[in-house]
Amino acid sequence: MNMKNGTIPTICREVVVIGGGPAGLAAAIAAREAGCGSVLLIERDRILGGILNQCIHDGFGLHTFGEALSGPEYADRYIGKFRDLQIEAMEETIVLSLSADRLIEVSTRGTFQRIEAGAVILAMGCRERTRGAISIPGSRPSGVYTAGAAQNFMNLENIMVGKKACILGSGDIGLIMARRMTLEGAKVEAVFEILPYSSGLPRNIQQCLNDYGIPLHLNTTVTGIVGAGRLEGIRVAQVGQDRAPIPETERFVPCDTLLLSVGLIPENELTREAGVEMDPVTGGAIVDDSFMTNVPGIFACGNVLHVHDLVDWVSMEAGEAGKFAACYVQNGSCALPCLIPVKPGSGVRYTLPQKVSGERDFVISLRVAAPWRDRSIVVRSGGREVARQRHMRLHPAEMIRIDLRKEAVAGCPSLEVVVE
Amino acid sequence: MALEYDIVVIGGGVVGCAVARELSRFAVKVAVLEKEMDVGLGTSCRNSGVLHAGFNYAPGSLRARLDVRGNAMMDDICRDLKVKIKRIGKLTVALDEEDETTLHRLKEQGDANGVPGLELIGKDRMQQIQPGVEGSLALYSPTSSIISPYGLTIGLAENALANGVDFHLGQQVVSITSLAGGGWVLGTKAGETFTAKVIVNASGLFSAEICRLAGISDYVIYPCRGEYYVLDKRLDGTLKALIYPAPKKNAPGLGIHLTPTVDGNILIGPSAEYLNVPEDHSCTADVMKELRREGQELLPEIRMTDYIRNFAGIRPKQTPPEVGGNKDFVIEDRKDVSGFINLLGIESPGLTCAPAIAEMVRGMVERHIPLHSDPSFNPVRPGSTFFFSELPAEERASMIADNPNYGEIICRCEKITKQEILDAINNPLGARTLVSIKYRARASMGRCQGGFCVPRITRILRDEFGWAPEDYLKRSTASPLFVGNVRPVKGGGVR
Repeated sequence: MNMKNGTIPTICREVVVIGGGPAGLAAAIAAREAGCGSVLLIERDRILGGILNQCIHDGFGLHTFGEALSGPEYADRYIGKFRDLQIEAMEETIVLSLSADRLIEVSTRGTFQRIEAGAVILAMGCRERTRGAISIPGSRPSGVYTAGAAQNFMNLENIMVGKKACILGSGDIGLIMARRMTLEGAKVEAVFEILPYSSGLPRNIQQCLNDYGIPLHLNTTVTGIVGAGRLEGIRVAQVGQDRAPIPETERFVPCDTLLLSVGLIPENELTREAGVEMDPVTGGAIVDDSFMTNVPGIFACGNVLHVHDLVDWVSMEAGEAGKFAACYVQNGSCALPCLIPVKPGSGVRYTLPQKVSGERDFVISLRVAAPWRDRSIVVRSGGREVARQRHMRLHPAEMIRIDLRKEAVAGCPSLEVVVE
Repeated sequence: MALEYDIVVIGGGVVGCAVARELSRFAVKVAVLEKEMDVGLGTSCRNSGVLHAGFNYAPGSLRARLDVRGNAMMDDICRDLKVKIKRIGKLTVALDEEDETTLHRLKEQGDANGVPGLELIGKDRMQQIQPGVEGSLALYSPTSSIISPYGLTIGLAENALANGVDFHLGQQVVSITSLAGGGWVLGTKAGETFTAKVIVNASGLFSAEICRLAGISDYVIYPCRGEYYVLDKRLDGTLKALIYPAPKKNAPGLGIHLTPTVDGNILIGPSAEYLNVPEDHSCTADVMKELRREGQELLPEIRMTDYIRNFAGIRPKQTPPEVGGNKDFVIEDRKDVSGFINLLGIESPGLTCAPAIAEMVRGMVERHIPLHSDPSFNPVRPGSTFFFSELPAEERASMIADNPNYGEIICRCEKITKQEILDAINNPLGARTLVSIKYRARASMGRCQGGFCVPRITRILRDEFGWAPEDYLKRSTASPLFVGNVRPVKGGGVR
């Protein structure tokens, strides 16, 4: 790429954080606190905080602050610190491209510029899976929204999306929106979930559905969208073990709104463009125990790396990434050779980081593949047991973190994590 | 009070708009009546976006003649109207001996039709054009191209409008009465009345119905739906040319295939399924499954995450399911019903033929009304063929410096700027539905399907027009986006 050009201004920064949500904020703060003088955060929205700004319900920060904050309150704690540290932010700025040598092109009202970054921290978060992505048959009326878009309309734009809603998918945003729409006078008919278990947190099932008498139909999916103009209703059917709809169970549910809460996709277009190696299971980058990708100086954290259940873990992980990014620019590189692969084994969907050095303590984040009761998560190296964590209840909706000390993995050629 | 015109075109699809633009070269009063709130929302925007070379049609047929002519006209039209076109060529591929015989026949037929540059090519040339393509022999047609079908329709309409044609959107014709001294009175569902000396029936799926309103009961239209998948731009560049299977006898279409679009997506489709109702654009589970299967077979790199949307278009066929195949277009200046020019059964390759049909219609109109050139006619539509994001970085930088709205990205997936949204919103036709904005600015056509940009577009519309939540429409008054405010607005502002 043409690095210098007369007409395009180019600036240099030591650490550039892409995304001003919880991950980006925590990463930028940590990089500054690690002594990095020139940290720049790029945020495409008008204000910092990311999706937290539309999450006006509470429950954020229980682990970090020991209290149940709303999304904006949680964000505000970090924004306050960010401002106190006088970290530079470019709001209303979108990153158009990112190269492997960390040249970033950004666009702002009135300015197009290039930024040469010593290190880049990817913190772009995720986007919602859409109707098209899950191939729901039927017509294409108005009234079909992703749950997050509906949340944006209701909480940030004061716009009511419908009066009688159904929700497909029991992801947390769907559950939160079931309660939110009910509180604002809409009738929420039901939540339909294709899996035999909910993909949302148990506390949200209780507080958002059970408390309001909203039924959750498991093993059920939407088989058709009906309506020429506005949505008139949906066809739903139970599914068999192969998750295929059983035709004789199909029924019609009248409604004017369908919210989709059918999964989140880490937003990694820039990551791919920079040549970063990806993990097909997490949808995010492959990283080592410093959260660095295979492209030197490019780090990733938060939901762009893997979808988290709680924002507290996002902030924590991003803090680590910020610290290592600062270290990278200060010392040329602080990457240790990471030769120990960490692999998911039986019962585990993914593990992260995908490789570690064994030279420093680290945390393995993971999700299990199915719900279980009374099992252990075991970290093994060959025949040797490295760590064991007992769980009364394991659920794919919940992320599990295992702290490991470097001494525990000394001499391990590889690590495998399994459910026993 | 009736609005008086020399010529009323019924239907604002690509054919109606091409006719309107052609007639706008002359000093006559022309109106287009369109039942939807924008042009091109029917079959014209729901197809593969392919310009056909013209070898598939019997020599001497209207389709053969109009397709070759229409295809040849497109470079000038696209240049003048700022419509995206890519002359990528096509390989029609033979997989067995029967197919090879078909290709030889098509080559002869194409040569007879005057299709330029047709060649039968072997494996080596095929691989050069499209690495990895299967088959023993292919018919290469360099004039086969891809185009933005809505871009073309909108371009034709806007240029017609700029040259004096009136567009009446949301006007569905429900009555047509002939006047004793010649000419017509048309009534619409909305209660408007129009008079015309000549009617041009370009109403696509509804052309037989419009005929009946005028007392012509010769025709039946058999709607035949084609479903598509739209794939993510991740796969952009995979297809170097159009690749079609050799056509099979009596098939209602050209078979399921992969088509690159001018904007970098790939389409899988279309299927072919006859309908009992004229306008059911639903996609169906069985066909979707079949399309996924065939798409995967043709392009194994397709991943589940590459599917971003489905759509369906409907062919206005003249042949019932039991007959299959297709019939030549009906383009007639009715002798029995004077002043009624009938364009009927314009299915594929109607997009390619549209400008040539328009020339033909002009000749027919001339038999009824003298056409004198209007010296003020300007064939050029202002604007750019390219989206802002497609321009070189330096050019973008200076445009952003001049107009800050170019620096603000509203649609992140397609990198569409605020200025482009504003241009789309303030389009000359005054179409302001979400679909209208989508077809003009591409916003919401990307992988997040509007999750990011639609709230932002909503805000822009509110700022521009002071809209209340109830004012936002997806495509028509029947498809409102919202039901109201969450909480009452105090002091006349949301924020």
